Amino acid sequence: MNVRKCTVLVAVALFASIGDTLLSRGMKDVGAISLNHLGELILAVMNPWVICGISLLLCFFVAMSNALSWADLSYVMPATGMGYVVMALAAKFFLHEHISPERWTGIVLITIGVGFVAGGPSQTDRSAEALEPAAESELIFEERQ
Amino acid sequence: MRTVYTWAAIVIITVTSTAGESLLAHSMQRIGDLGELRRREGVLASVCRVFTTPTVFIAITFMAIAFFSLLFGLSWADLSLVGPAAAALTFITNALAAKFFLKENVDRRRWIAAIFVGAGVALLAR
Repeated sequence: MNVRKCTVLVAVALFASIGDTLLSRGMKDVGAISLNHLGELILAVMNPWVICGISLLLCFFVAMSNALSWADLSYVMPATGMGYVVMALAAKFFLHEHISPERWTGIVLITIGVGFVAGGPSQTDRSAEALEPAAESELIFEERQ
Repeated sequence: MRTVYTWAAIVIITVTSTAGESLLAHSMQRIGDLGELRRREGVLASVCRVFTTPTVFIAITFMAIAFFSLLFGLSWADLSLVGPAAAALTFITNALAAKFFLKENVDRRRWIAAIFVGAGVALLAR
């Protein structure tokens, strides 16, 4: 995996987790939205925090599309789980929040999971599947001869 | 009632995110590596190729539904519940969609990764 691909995966992870955090901050200002007053949703989208969150989620979409153009979905999803670890560590070292043993366990599990998937191939080899019918017809041809 | 709404939002986020991401993956697999395409045909041609693929728009529609469900969910509950719960479930449902819909080679390594990351995200929320 080259530097460009690593950067894209890191971007997917960070844009998604920071975007969600900004949306959450904005929705705390807006308050609960009732299903009977869907107009409040438009008000929510005007909130500056929500606008920043939407901008980051658009960047997430671009990075995600790029990642999925050269890697499998089942590879990209776990690989980008590191975003949650970065958020937890940022909370510990920059915001001086307490991280409970359960959260440390979560960080270890995510790191192991990401390590597992990163060690394997990023894309399913479809050339073997494409060759199968050709190989089969070759066999039939040889048998006939 | 608030709890029912929150979990309904989490289920909708999970289902629509999975549908959106699977369709986006399906579209991008057909388009090919965007980096190579950009080098060969330029940025504008790559962007045109993406936005002239019909399944990309269906994917965006599902992702938009997931986004508004997330907004609803966040208005009823904290991010520390909605975010990790939806993400953890999406890791599993995406692995299933990758295997059965996208026909990816989801081997033991990828299943373990999806389960570990999903469990890890759920623990981070506690």
